[in-house]
Amino acid sequence: MGSAATARRMQAWGLLTPMLVIMVGITAWPLMRTIWLSFTSTSIGGEPAQWVGLENYWQALSNTAFQESLGHTLYFTFVSVSLELVLGVAVGLLLNQPFKGQAFARALLVLPWALPTIVNAMMWRLIDGPEYGALNALLVQTGLLEDYRSWLGDPDIAMEMVIVADVWKNYPFVALIMLASLQSVPADLYEAARLDGAGTLARFWYVTVPGVMAPLSVAIVLRTIDAFKVFDVIYVMTKGGPADSTKALSFVVYQEAFSYLRIGSGAAYAILMAGISALLIALYVAMLRKQEGST
Amino acid sequence: MQQRRAILVAALVAGSLLSAAAHAEKTLSALFMAQAAYSEDDVRAMTSDFEKANPGVKVKLEFVPYDALHDKIVAAHGAGSGGYDVVLFDVVWPAEFASKGFLQDVTKRIAVGDIPKVFPGAWTTVSYKDKFYGMPWILDTKFLFYNTEMLKKAGISAPPKTWGELEKQAKIIKDKGIVKYPVVWSWAQKEAMICDYTTLSVSYGGKFFTDGKPSFHLGGSLEAVQYMKASIDAGLSNPNSREYEEEDVRKVFSNGDAAFALNWGYMYNMAKDPKESKVVGKVGIVSAPGVDGKTVASAVNGSMGLGITAKSANPEEAWKFIAHMSAPATQEKYAKLSLPIWKASFSKPAVKQGQEDYVNAAAKSLEVMAARPETPVYQELSSILQKNLHSVLLGKAKPDAAMKLASDAAAKLK
Repeated sequence: MGSAATARRMQAWGLLTPMLVIMVGITAWPLMRTIWLSFTSTSIGGEPAQWVGLENYWQALSNTAFQESLGHTLYFTFVSVSLELVLGVAVGLLLNQPFKGQAFARALLVLPWALPTIVNAMMWRLIDGPEYGALNALLVQTGLLEDYRSWLGDPDIAMEMVIVADVWKNYPFVALIMLASLQSVPADLYEAARLDGAGTLARFWYVTVPGVMAPLSVAIVLRTIDAFKVFDVIYVMTKGGPADSTKALSFVVYQEAFSYLRIGSGAAYAILMAGISALLIALYVAMLRKQEGST
Repeated sequence: MQQRRAILVAALVAGSLLSAAAHAEKTLSALFMAQAAYSEDDVRAMTSDFEKANPGVKVKLEFVPYDALHDKIVAAHGAGSGGYDVVLFDVVWPAEFASKGFLQDVTKRIAVGDIPKVFPGAWTTVSYKDKFYGMPWILDTKFLFYNTEMLKKAGISAPPKTWGELEKQAKIIKDKGIVKYPVVWSWAQKEAMICDYTTLSVSYGGKFFTDGKPSFHLGGSLEAVQYMKASIDAGLSNPNSREYEEEDVRKVFSNGDAAFALNWGYMYNMAKDPKESKVVGKVGIVSAPGVDGKTVASAVNGSMGLGITAKSANPEEAWKFIAHMSAPATQEKYAKLSLPIWKASFSKPAVKQGQEDYVNAAAKSLEVMAARPETPVYQELSSILQKNLHSVLLGKAKPDAAMKLASDAAAKLK
């Protein structure tokens, strides 16, 4: 009996080995190596690397560029994920209603999300163009704006324009998850609620929300992780400008490692970034647990 | 059944052909830029000429925007062998690339007799500490372009020779309502802005370093920034310049929305191309202006060179390719978007024809061509300058204070 169990366990390990080898090779090893690099003075083509302990981390935390970009990244993450959530839920609810052309509208919804980020960013850069951009044309012709203006060249609004581009591309993801989870809310619950005299808002709050909460929170966590490491949309639209006002954390990491060739401190920046991201996720998970406990 | 056999035979033939080719050929991998100067089509045509003349060698071309060029070269070096054999590099990088060992020293490959035949400004593009790290290939600087029709309408007989004159002429054009913003520049937070800044700074007699210390906040270097800011405040320079790079400047000028533009030489023939431009027949070009009592003209060295990477396994073939790309015959054949590095080429009809103004302006600019700050940490220095300059142009900081910050931050670079 005991030997049969051992054999089965051995077989399980044997079957798992290839996957474990791949995971160690492509995830664990590079991660360990990055952590090791972050404690050294490694640079591309520079002098031999030396162990510098926590110096890179102190340098990052005291670097104003790092602090400012952390602020920009948190702002970007918070605003764009919030907007994506509100818009995604609203559109999800809308597309759940039966109407003519519903299938077509649902297919259309996927379009922005399926677009490569670079293409999306290039497109919005053209739309936001100060001289020949569609946005200026639209706003001026409808009388909402007096004269053509600069969007991406204005440090007070450039970040918001990048957020618009990101929201347009990513809200469909939330909407699709919303749409899918709405299908799984049992119809008889609505029926029962209606019989009990619940109005539209009450039905939404007490039937729909609990039903879609779990899948939606997954969507929020995924979007947060993604938004926090934002890079490409900014690289294409503003390259961190004007006057560094859209410089995100991942941009600073990239610059440190590949423009300034300091791989060691670049690794430390990256680890810090991953740490902050993990912290955000932990916060979400804790909040969700608390919520589940209370309902 | 027969169909299946036919496919099988075809596959076998194709396979054996491919393997035969692999034995006979060497493939070079080369990194170029898709922005200003030679177009992608030109580079492909030059390369295919090379492949025809050298049957054993194939060249795999890759094009990236200027902004990605430096980091691509660096990352490929970090990745070890199997990267690029030939790379295009900017005039501001040899100090860094040579001191870090990214490029091969090619001093011995360059014929001593060729040295006096090429413009000195081109050689500074590829040299560091008396050694050559490549062959100059693009010889370029920023020129002052003007719309001849707009100047005529404003009653202006000759393009400006000084920045002061440019300001006056722009004011006349603006006041007469000929165009809303007469001057357009590439002042996005990118390298292009540093090129415009350098042009202005040297014309004001500015020095980037005084006694070895950064001095962006002193003398001509500061006056340049004040000029830039004042020109935006007066509505003479297009405020959108602050988010423009070279291609945006070209579009604005070619669309007839500017009387003056500062840009690289490639814009000359593109602005004269009816497919690309609405100002055909109205394009004027001169050297960038100087400053009364200080300079007669100004120019920034925006040249680029072709080098062999340190880890290339085919340095001989790579050099052959570079020699072909920079040969007088090749450069004279494709002289519309980028002028040759060779002095003698400037008087050849094939080069001059149809672009006498461009060639004459270039000859004058080459004499005053100045370098951007020289340092092995150029990328970081440039980022510091870009941020502080941009803050001034956007009205977020005063010129003297911001440039003092830039000097202080630059002094801390190692």
